[in-house]
Amino acid sequence: MLKSLHQNKKIQLIIGLVIGIFFGFFLQKGGVTDYNIIIGQLLLTDFTVFKVMLSAVIVGMLGVYLLRSLGFAQLHPKPGSLGATVIGGLIFGIGFAVLGFCPGTVAGAVGQGFLDALFGGIVGMLIGAGLFASMYPKLQKKILNKGYFGEVTFPELLKVNPWIVVIPLAIVLIALLYWMENIGL
Amino acid sequence: MLDWLFMEQWSPYIAGVGIGVLCWFAFLLSDKPIGCSTAFTRSSGMIEHIIHGSKVNEKLYYKKFTPSIDWEVMLVAGIVIGAFISSMISGVFQLQWVPSTWAASFGDNFSLRLIVALIGGILLGFGSRWAGGCTSGHGISGTLQLALSSWIAFICFFASGVAAAYFIFHILGG
Repeated sequence: MLKSLHQNKKIQLIIGLVIGIFFGFFLQKGGVTDYNIIIGQLLLTDFTVFKVMLSAVIVGMLGVYLLRSLGFAQLHPKPGSLGATVIGGLIFGIGFAVLGFCPGTVAGAVGQGFLDALFGGIVGMLIGAGLFASMYPKLQKKILNKGYFGEVTFPELLKVNPWIVVIPLAIVLIALLYWMENIGL
Repeated sequence: MLDWLFMEQWSPYIAGVGIGVLCWFAFLLSDKPIGCSTAFTRSSGMIEHIIHGSKVNEKLYYKKFTPSIDWEVMLVAGIVIGAFISSMISGVFQLQWVPSTWAASFGDNFSLRLIVALIGGILLGFGSRWAGGCTSGHGISGTLQLALSSWIAFICFFASGVAAAYFIFHILGG
């Protein structure tokens, strides 16, 4: 039943839209569609972004691995390489700080009425993504595959049952959030 | 009873838990992790298609990511709608050009902020496709799957973001 749902293109577009609406709602209510809060995180004066992200990761990880163990979901880890992930990640970080939004929150910021997010952020991202598409053949040959390590996950690397990683990591991340609250971050 | 729907801001933990639960539904109902940056690739391709015609589809990168409306484009459209609804019902929706933190260091000239935001957007669009994902695709969906690539990306996003923000606000704006 799930497979035919996954293959139904029209229904998938609607599901994407509905998940997006909830996502935008939660991002806005969490405060992370606000430039001041994102810059506060990057200046290490406001830890709202980390709190939203880490709690999403803890809950998401437990649920998605449970769905997978029950046979209801498959993982889709992204492939990576030093040339793509590290260099791309560092360029991304500069853009993150200069714009003050990331690709998801910039869309939320537009919904909240921030015009710099619309005419600067969205327009810039479309240009940047287009530029990358034009340069892709060259980058692909020269840089993107350097230090390729593939679609590997930590449980696969360690060759252990995923829950051996999931449970302790969930505990560590919860402890980290608890500690952050305790020291007043 | 529904007061919480109209609150200006929730605890970040509640919002985070909500996003975590959404990730379950994305995997269950769509067999996909939540991500945002390929939507910008596809949209950029669609715009280029209007300007330059079907030559665009021959570009190698657009063979990987066909310029068409897909699940992720709908997701990003949904984010705009969801944030609009949330900010309208709590009364915080407001058209605004220059954020206050920026104005405090660099003044409230809107064209300066617009140019800087545009440069930031270009770097962000370029960097997210170079890294193969953004703060959602790598930062949340990838890390929760325990993908090595995503944990490395997450660390690079924030290491470089913190350094760049320090440079902008404490050196240029200090």
